[in-house]
Amino acid sequence: MSIDIDTARKVAKLARIRVEETDLPALAQELSGILGFMEQLNEVDVTGVDPMTSVTPMRLARRADVVTDGGYPAAVLANAPDAREGFFAVPKVVE
Amino acid sequence: MNANEMTIATARDALRRGELSAVDLTMACLTAMDAGDGLNAFVHKTPEIALEQARAADARLAAGAAPAMCGIPLGIKDLFCTKGVPSQAGSTILRGFRPEYESTVTARLFDAGAVMLGKLNMDEFAMGSSNESSCYGPAVNPWKVDTRNLTPGGSSGGSAAAVAADLCLAATGTDTGGSIRQPAAFTGIVGIKPTYGRVSRWGIVAFASSLDQAGPMTKSVRDAAIFLGAMAGYDPKDSTSANLPVPDFEAALTGDIRGRRIGIPREYRMDGMPDEIEALWARGIDMMRDAGAEIVDISLPHTKYALPAYYVIAPAEASSNLARYDGVRYGHRAKLAQGDGITEMYEKTRAEGFGPEVQRRIMIGTYVLSAGFYDAYYNRARRVRALIKRDFELAFEGGIDAILTPATPSTAFGIGEMASADPVEMYLNDVFTVTVNLAGLPGIAVPVGLDRQGLPMGLQLIGRPWAEADLLNHAYVLERSAGFVARAEKWW
Repeated sequence: MSIDIDTARKVAKLARIRVEETDLPALAQELSGILGFMEQLNEVDVTGVDPMTSVTPMRLARRADVVTDGGYPAAVLANAPDAREGFFAVPKVVE
Repeated sequence: MNANEMTIATARDALRRGELSAVDLTMACLTAMDAGDGLNAFVHKTPEIALEQARAADARLAAGAAPAMCGIPLGIKDLFCTKGVPSQAGSTILRGFRPEYESTVTARLFDAGAVMLGKLNMDEFAMGSSNESSCYGPAVNPWKVDTRNLTPGGSSGGSAAAVAADLCLAATGTDTGGSIRQPAAFTGIVGIKPTYGRVSRWGIVAFASSLDQAGPMTKSVRDAAIFLGAMAGYDPKDSTSANLPVPDFEAALTGDIRGRRIGIPREYRMDGMPDEIEALWARGIDMMRDAGAEIVDISLPHTKYALPAYYVIAPAEASSNLARYDGVRYGHRAKLAQGDGITEMYEKTRAEGFGPEVQRRIMIGTYVLSAGFYDAYYNRARRVRALIKRDFELAFEGGIDAILTPATPSTAFGIGEMASADPVEMYLNDVFTVTVNLAGLPGIAVPVGLDRQGLPMGLQLIGRPWAEADLLNHAYVLERSAGFVARAEKWW
């Protein structure tokens, strides 16, 4: 399956990575190359095989649905590029 | 011998006998670390923390009954979150990030009295096999045969270079497709990836959560046993952590493997594999046989499909894990133009913060998870993964105790030599190691010999799930038989 420029643009958009229009052809070619490598998987007969969902056959651990952590907003915000009045700050989202 | 050249085992014994202080040992390592800047292994040095920890270790040693890792100076891969200390995963997007918390692994090591010298270079988000995708520039292999600088491998390249050059006694690594074992083989040291779930992933920057596992990188198999014992164990903060007792790995090193059955998978004999790697493998087989093991030819028929399956699954998980780097909570945020909204902020931040290989993998992952392709790529890869795991299960059910393979398809190559190569060519470095991550098994790389140029070559042993103790014992036999004592000659 080869990736065209429109698909490359769409994938970049979905991944929220800005790619300049002039860089799209090279990106499409690279992604096509990698996907070409994955085409080998089509040779495998996977009839009746379930997709692997857990690495070890163990039930995912559960815990009581209670608050076990928290209460330190300053530490939570300490690494934020922009934090104001106890909140993360971002550009305007709704007009 | 300078103290920084010691193994963990030797240093532990000297510390306990009072022949050496943790402060003196740490000072020796700090001096070696500063003299090793040419290797670009340490990227954030923490000498104040190290000396404080060393003084505390000395107090504990004086009081008696100190744990094995007490006073042992370590390097910590940049992927581990360390409280108050830069933890960037080798990425520009986490520049300035100082975690407010400590990863479970480093917390355990510090509780055991270990000393942190600093943070170690790595491929960005652990995506790479040569340390060249690092935002700090590549770490350099202490092994050198001509004027070229060689790669120490990746992604744990800084860890491998630091241990091989005696800048520290040992280092933490992480392994998603071979990132402990390949650099260990490239630098002539020991590296073990434990069974998935043996070591807590909590506080380790996530790459591909169903494949990631941390482990020790050391100068000997005994050191790997001691170090792993201090890292491993159940952690309720990691939902995939196994609630199993941690055996005494060092006590398992009996050196007796008589009657054990070692599988030799025929599918690992690859076209175009250098004859020296092939010959090394044959020597390793002889060593195991001479030690009394039974050699059994086995088949792992889906081996060929491990790399393509991995390069669907790992990027898929990465695209999801790395969605958190959005310029809001930590790290880099792009400068915005007039009128830019939140989408532009995300897109510019991620374009500036992620390097080319990480961007490529996020986009591949996005594509294979997108509507219309999820079944064709992602689900198919997960089905193939189930088959790869079953191959191993069948071998173990057939009575195989461990599997012996080459660790890498080549020895260390020059930095920059793969720059013009197709990304897929770089991926081939993981061809012998990636199956182990897909199946969740423990695997260990052991240095066994030198190639004609004088560069280290390693073999890999693969064990049954949760049988690290047994695996380490097999590796111990291989190490003893190989008698690998060569060291990189100091040029840095």
